[in-house]
Amino acid sequence: MAGTLYKKPILFTVVVTLAVLVGTIVMMVMPMFSSSMHPKLQNLKPYTALQLAGRDVYQQEGCFYCHTQTVRPLKAEVMRYGEYSKAGEFAYDQPFLWGSKRTGPDLARVGGKYTDKWHYKHFNDPRKLFTGSDMPSYGWLADINLKPAEIEAHMQGLGFPFTKEEIEALADKTKLDALVAYMQTLGAAVPRKPKPPMIAKGDKNPLLGDAAAIAEGKKIYEMNCAACHGVDLKGDIGPDLTDKEWIYTQSPIGDDTLFFLIADGSKKDQEFEGRKAKGGMPSWGEFFGKKKIWSAIAYIRSKEEK
Amino acid sequence: MSEATVYEWKPVKGFALSGLFWGAVSIVIGLFISIQLWMPELNFPPFLTYGRLRAVHINGLAFGFAVAEIFALSYYMVQRLTKRPLMFPKLAMVQLYIFNVAIVAAALSLLMGYTQSKEYAELEWPLDIGVVILWVMFAVVIFATIIKRKEEQMYISLWYMIATIIAVAVLYIINNLSIPVGLFKSYSIFAGVNDANVEWWYGHNAVGFVFTTPILAIFYYYLPKSTGLPIYSHRLSIVAFWSLIFAYLWTGAHHLVYTPLPDWIQTVGIAFTIFMIAPSWGSVVNGYYTMGGNWDKMKTNYLTKFFILGITFYGLQTVQGPTQSLRAVSQLVHYTDWVPGHVHMGTMGWVAMTVSAAMYYTIPKIYKTEIYSVKLANVHFWLVLIGQLIFSITMWILGIQQGTMWKAISPEDGSLTYTFMESLINNYPYWKMRTVGGAIFVVGMVVFAFNIVMTSVSAGKSTQADSRPAVAGGR
Repeated sequence: MAGTLYKKPILFTVVVTLAVLVGTIVMMVMPMFSSSMHPKLQNLKPYTALQLAGRDVYQQEGCFYCHTQTVRPLKAEVMRYGEYSKAGEFAYDQPFLWGSKRTGPDLARVGGKYTDKWHYKHFNDPRKLFTGSDMPSYGWLADINLKPAEIEAHMQGLGFPFTKEEIEALADKTKLDALVAYMQTLGAAVPRKPKPPMIAKGDKNPLLGDAAAIAEGKKIYEMNCAACHGVDLKGDIGPDLTDKEWIYTQSPIGDDTLFFLIADGSKKDQEFEGRKAKGGMPSWGEFFGKKKIWSAIAYIRSKEEK
Repeated sequence: MSEATVYEWKPVKGFALSGLFWGAVSIVIGLFISIQLWMPELNFPPFLTYGRLRAVHINGLAFGFAVAEIFALSYYMVQRLTKRPLMFPKLAMVQLYIFNVAIVAAALSLLMGYTQSKEYAELEWPLDIGVVILWVMFAVVIFATIIKRKEEQMYISLWYMIATIIAVAVLYIINNLSIPVGLFKSYSIFAGVNDANVEWWYGHNAVGFVFTTPILAIFYYYLPKSTGLPIYSHRLSIVAFWSLIFAYLWTGAHHLVYTPLPDWIQTVGIAFTIFMIAPSWGSVVNGYYTMGGNWDKMKTNYLTKFFILGITFYGLQTVQGPTQSLRAVSQLVHYTDWVPGHVHMGTMGWVAMTVSAAMYYTIPKIYKTEIYSVKLANVHFWLVLIGQLIFSITMWILGIQQGTMWKAISPEDGSLTYTFMESLINNYPYWKMRTVGGAIFVVGMVVFAFNIVMTSVSAGKSTQADSRPAVAGGR
């Protein structure tokens, strides 16, 4: 009986089709009709015209081949990148851009981590900020203007809201402007939870002047901080760390304030000992831990003008 | 003469040589992008950056090489197995021309940055339509030939061919559904988590029904043909066939372990992936037992070692893959260079070895000649074997290192031990080693292409010299 199946090509084809459809239906079609596959976070917004244009560039240049956009709920991963990814973050992502390989770091939480200025500089020449980087330079994107009519059609195709002014404004923007705008949206819908302070107010650096800590701090600084504050600590995107000016004001700053600044980063107009920050300092607390931050501070203090 | 079957070899020759050409171009691109990873100055924007060339490498080898050879060898096998000439041979020739135009268009469009940015489904919507048309033509020719067959029983290879045609059609059409917003730009109709689930249902099965089932069709036909030994167990091949094609479609979610995809889909995907070891090894065991007490053929018949090493890499691949899908392993190696190491064992080991050997068997047959050089074929074998092993083993070691560095936590204060940049710098010596392995592999494949081309060229010469009228029955 079963043997005749191999003599009847049409019947055979029907059975093959049914066999491949079972898994297809259970694993792919049925979930599609479940609400758990279509969640949306409350403060998730559709992309603006400029952001979508940036996402188009991200697709076009194949960024997803080297960068993922999903933080897994694993301890080290959350420490490295931030809050793990939620299903509701991707409702407007057509297609999804989670990627499958981390030749470069995950980008799911990169939005707001660095300033726009940092991104322009980095895209222009990644090796200026990270000497060991192998990312191609994308400065050439700044020479290509956006085409507003095209992007309008893209917004319409996806049904995202936009205004006429928004589209007209695109004429002055380049592909690089768009890409930077897109970078800053990544992970923006997930609130960054305030973390319990790692040290008490008024704490002093236990490693101040410790030679081993200064050497360790130098290593940490060169790997992570030099990109913005310069190899010589004389400042670049971020302020100079060798003069007596701390956050644009001349007066000493406490170890504890420096620690919080490094651990939690800075937001625009945030107050530090009575001075206003311009913002843009990323938070390094979970990433570095206490000892490395104190070592970095020990190193910075060792370079401070006496 | 009237009783002898006159087979249609033109489409077989056309696809075999086209595939060889596109394959050569695409592996050289692969070698080039492997260098770009450790020498970023070799990125030449806008067309020749890693981000664009990687798409050309993958699509060139999947569509330009693998699919072309699948067309070629399927058109060969189907005529032999049905004992009749190909139905609609002219349609197959039209398909050949459209295919080559489509590959040129595909390569150019990817270099221009026109991409849907879904892995293995990069081609934009106008090209997707072209791919569907080509596939329908393939289906028409194969099904018509099978229906009009002269041999009642359908052999195993025909089952795998039918499964390939059906599954690829379903997968390709659904995953590529998109909203066109320009001539070369579209957006997936699926969004977010759901899009990810559709894409990896597709992506894993593109591997399943392009790099597995048609290659098994080839294996089941050519191993007995080139060794003269019948397949060990017909019953085992039945069980392996049905369980393989049934289970494959359940497994895609193992690409999305620890992502926001609902846990149950991940878990069911992993469970079916583990199950897949059984049907995969069904074919492996069937291949080994076919050799029975005739293992001396590894020495005496130059093709045997290609097929046996090929199925061995298939066996390793289908144990390594399920192992990787387990959460405990995935957390360490996912997103690392381990994965390209895994993929390339399948493509460079299993697919390339099996397809090459089938070509060595087929080309002399259809050109009515002998292989140009068995010695070169042996050189080819050792080069691709060594090249692939260097590539894969280097990447596995690196992948484990990366995974370990990414999750290393300092016992002193619980902070991360390494920055991402430290892990990246650690990659460079391994990436250079991979380029060395890749270069050896490329030389091996060039030897292969040379051997095949010389076989067809020398056959052409001897036919011209031999101007006597054809003798009935041929050689």
